[in-house]
Amino acid sequence: MATPDISERPVAQREHSLFLLREMLRIRRFEEKAAEMYSLQKIHGFLHLYIGEEATGVGAMQAFTPEDSIVATYREHGHALARGMPARVLMAEMYGKATGCSHGHGGSMHFFDVSRRFYGGYAIVGGGMPVAVGLALADKMQNRRAITGCYFGDGAVAEGEFHESLNLAALWKLPVLFLCENNLYAMGTALERHEAQTDISRKAGAYGMPSSAVDGMDVLAVEAATQEAANFVRKGDGPYLLELRTYRFRAHSMSDPDLYRTKEEIESWKKRDPIPLFENKLKEQGLLSDSDIAGIESEVGLEIEDAVRFAEASPREPVEDLLKDVERRTEK
Amino acid sequence: MTKMTYREALRAAMRKALKDDPRVFLMGEDVGRYGGAFAVSHGLLAEFGPERVRDAPLSESAFVGAGIGAALGGMRPIVEIMTINFSMLAMDQILNNAATLRHMSGGQLSVPLVCRVATGGGRQMAAQHSHSLEGWYAHIPGIKVLTPATVADAYGMVLAALREADPVFIFEHATLYPLEGDVDDAAQSFDVTHAAMVRTGSDVSLITYGGTLGKTMQAAARLADEGVQADVIDLRCLRPLDIHTVVNSVAKTHRAVVIDEAWRTGSFSAEISAQIMENAFDELDAPIARVCSAEVPMPYAKHLEEATLPQADQIVAAAQELVPRHG
Amino acid sequence: MAEFVMPQLGADMSAGKLIQWRKNVGDRVQRGDIIADVETEKADIEVEVFSTGVIEKVLIQPGQKVPVGTIMAIIREEGKPAHAEIPEVPALSPEAAPPPRVPVRAVAPPTAPGMARIHISPVAKKLAADLGVDPASVSGTGPGGRITLEDVQRAAQAQAAKAAPPEELDRAARMRQVIGAAMARSKREIPHYYLSTTIDMSRALAWLASENLKHSVEDRLVYGVLLVKAVALALREFPELNGLFVGGNAVPKPDIHVGVAISLRGGGLVAPALHKTDQQSLGELMKSFRDLVQRARAGSLRSSELSDPTITVTSLGEQGVEAVFGVIYPPQVALVGFGKIVDRPWASEGQITVRSAVTATLSGDHRVSDGHRGGLFLAAIERLLQEPSRL
Repeated sequence: MATPDISERPVAQREHSLFLLREMLRIRRFEEKAAEMYSLQKIHGFLHLYIGEEATGVGAMQAFTPEDSIVATYREHGHALARGMPARVLMAEMYGKATGCSHGHGGSMHFFDVSRRFYGGYAIVGGGMPVAVGLALADKMQNRRAITGCYFGDGAVAEGEFHESLNLAALWKLPVLFLCENNLYAMGTALERHEAQTDISRKAGAYGMPSSAVDGMDVLAVEAATQEAANFVRKGDGPYLLELRTYRFRAHSMSDPDLYRTKEEIESWKKRDPIPLFENKLKEQGLLSDSDIAGIESEVGLEIEDAVRFAEASPREPVEDLLKDVERRTEK
Repeated sequence: MTKMTYREALRAAMRKALKDDPRVFLMGEDVGRYGGAFAVSHGLLAEFGPERVRDAPLSESAFVGAGIGAALGGMRPIVEIMTINFSMLAMDQILNNAATLRHMSGGQLSVPLVCRVATGGGRQMAAQHSHSLEGWYAHIPGIKVLTPATVADAYGMVLAALREADPVFIFEHATLYPLEGDVDDAAQSFDVTHAAMVRTGSDVSLITYGGTLGKTMQAAARLADEGVQADVIDLRCLRPLDIHTVVNSVAKTHRAVVIDEAWRTGSFSAEISAQIMENAFDELDAPIARVCSAEVPMPYAKHLEEATLPQADQIVAAAQELVPRHG
Repeated sequence: MAEFVMPQLGADMSAGKLIQWRKNVGDRVQRGDIIADVETEKADIEVEVFSTGVIEKVLIQPGQKVPVGTIMAIIREEGKPAHAEIPEVPALSPEAAPPPRVPVRAVAPPTAPGMARIHISPVAKKLAADLGVDPASVSGTGPGGRITLEDVQRAAQAQAAKAAPPEELDRAARMRQVIGAAMARSKREIPHYYLSTTIDMSRALAWLASENLKHSVEDRLVYGVLLVKAVALALREFPELNGLFVGGNAVPKPDIHVGVAISLRGGGLVAPALHKTDQQSLGELMKSFRDLVQRARAGSLRSSELSDPTITVTSLGEQGVEAVFGVIYPPQVALVGFGKIVDRPWASEGQITVRSAVTATLSGDHRVSDGHRGGLFLAAIERLLQEPSRL
């Protein structure tokens, strides 16, 4: 098949497509490097990889502005990167260094960046949801036009905090965009084994909240669906629940022996890996060449290697400062 | 100075805060139309409207978490958790978010949240409505724990708490709401972290907080009749604990009784005892005595509840045990 | 060269067992390829390689269990992008020392004015009281100058050693003081009870006389050693009388060291121990006793002889008294006294005869023993003295 002349395509579309691809590849390579560093004992504790879910993190993040707030979960590396946090500070955080985004206090599960309104990073499933409701409440009470994006998984849907948060947000018409990344497993328990009603988007109906579901492996579909949902929330009529149907290719965490899924199931989802899926689509449309991909991989590779170098070379916070940030002195 | 009840003092403080600072709002179950489960917020909805005085659904986790999020977003929420018994439903948000976000984020985040919580037993509310778990909260780094025992403190502590950059939990013993006292409503600043010496004497130190201050004072009066003069200390703030005032008293009296309505085992009285031992070991002439609730779920029948809670008799007896017998 | 190591495959993994290699030496591998299977506590895990190149060397064989981080294979890397040299990742050296602890802020002790309070630990205070040590005279080595248990024990020993001060002139006066203090304390603290019994010494004295015919004058036994040996053997049956009372508790001792009261010329009294009295023969006891008397009068007793007695025997027979109701030497719990040997009329089997008898007394600490046991103890001594050849 002859490759259509790339230079004839609309520039914005190509630029944006390359951007989305780069964002997804950055996350993919970052996660692979994090896995490697974990196996080499540079990163400790828990590590939850986003591999396979890049389209949801990247696609959805396009609907948010810098004034909006983002709340994520412990599987947050992709969201943090997509929100614009440099790979360096994330890697350094996982290395436990003082230059990490949380000064080494949080690790993989607790990234925070107040300047980018990235509010974590929660290890308790569903624990960030009430906080997201509160951030939206603050925006509404102060007449700010911002909205709050609240990412959570299918596991959180079972927690009381999910129901309380949806109810309160709907009741008070708060500008929250609830984004459920349904990867079909709450750690090792399949969706049909933990939810009586497996159609997650339908649960919003119990709270009078509008909702929809989208194929989470298609970054453009995710982008479009999230934009539509965000537009609704920005109108000020209340929250929206968007279910993003996705799949993680790796185990729940580095400690998970992945005994609860079959290889066949994983392989069949890998056929819909969002990155090659998008690459192929773009190539078909003449928007992407192999040299583009090589160029992106190279840039991303450099960025990741720089992040590792930075993390390696960074100092640790002195132990004398251990108690420094527990409380602050009273303001006048 | 204005004379009012403890309940009115809380209301007056909140009213002042709502008036002076548009970032302040009150949120909790039945704080609006019901006027507050303990009538503390009576009239505030009418005065400030439903945006500033918000009735929340029975979702402790959600509305405490929303308080945290609102604080992160620049507001100054006062979250009323109806009682400490129900606060258990919000423990995840309190412990894992409110108390930890500052440190966990490397100092980036500030959660200026004020939570007011009714606590304690003594009104025949039975086992699920009579807990005294302030000690559990005082265990957690990252929050402040205040226990106003006087009308003046009910007023001042709310206003002081709203100036803190980090979460403050105010525990109001439910039997204190009708207590009458004086409020200095012209005061601009309030010290809330120092313990108060409410009575002085050099024979024994009686140390307590919150709802048991009244019985402790009664015990002190009876001891005085028998020639035993007591220092009575109202701790006022459990975290940070003003152990300095306690140690100075023990250095004078050499004998201490700690009175705590919580169950004895692992109660905050154990922490106070440990800190007295660590800081004033050489001043002690006798082991530290503790008067606490009996280790039983709070029974409903009045005589059983009275037998469970610390009483003035027990405080008097504990003090007498420590004081050398006079000829 | 790149190292393929046993990876960390979970937060609580410390070692893994290689099940099999999926590639061999010389095979080309690509980053991301699964090249080995590893068994962990949880499951068998497929392990990927992070380098691209050729397997140069395999260091670990299937079936071997190795710690996380162990090099399992060497890979000769190829085709690395020229502009990206991944630096050698330096191995983390183990922590040489534990990380410094953040100091806990302690409250400064209150500086209350005019406090003449002695800082002494509760257990030290108790021991000081038991041993008659004045806390005000003890210098404390604990935190903040606090007097500790050790400080009191040391002071007590020093006090005991002071019983024989070097200056001749003050010696008697000082000794009087020390004895006086001990006796006063004994009477103050020990609830004494007293028992007495009269023991027929005829057989013992007769046996002694015939024994002494076999010895030279220097090796003669005096009847006192019979008494002391009898007391020692009787203590085996009444161990509660052989020990100390310290810290509010009776502390019986396993060994029997009878202290024998020796009066000193110029006034004064010591009661040093005959070590393991019950195990010495009469001859040995005699030698030890003579040696003790000589050294006591020369002022060269060992401190162990002064601190080791588990009971004291005092014999005032030579002074002419018939019975002595002595004061227990604290922290001992009993004292046996013997008076002079007197010829007495003795009723036996309906006949009046004359026997040589001695009055033996027991002063007992009523916190530790009572008259019943005390009486049986004296009876045992009496019994033992009727068979002098077995002493």
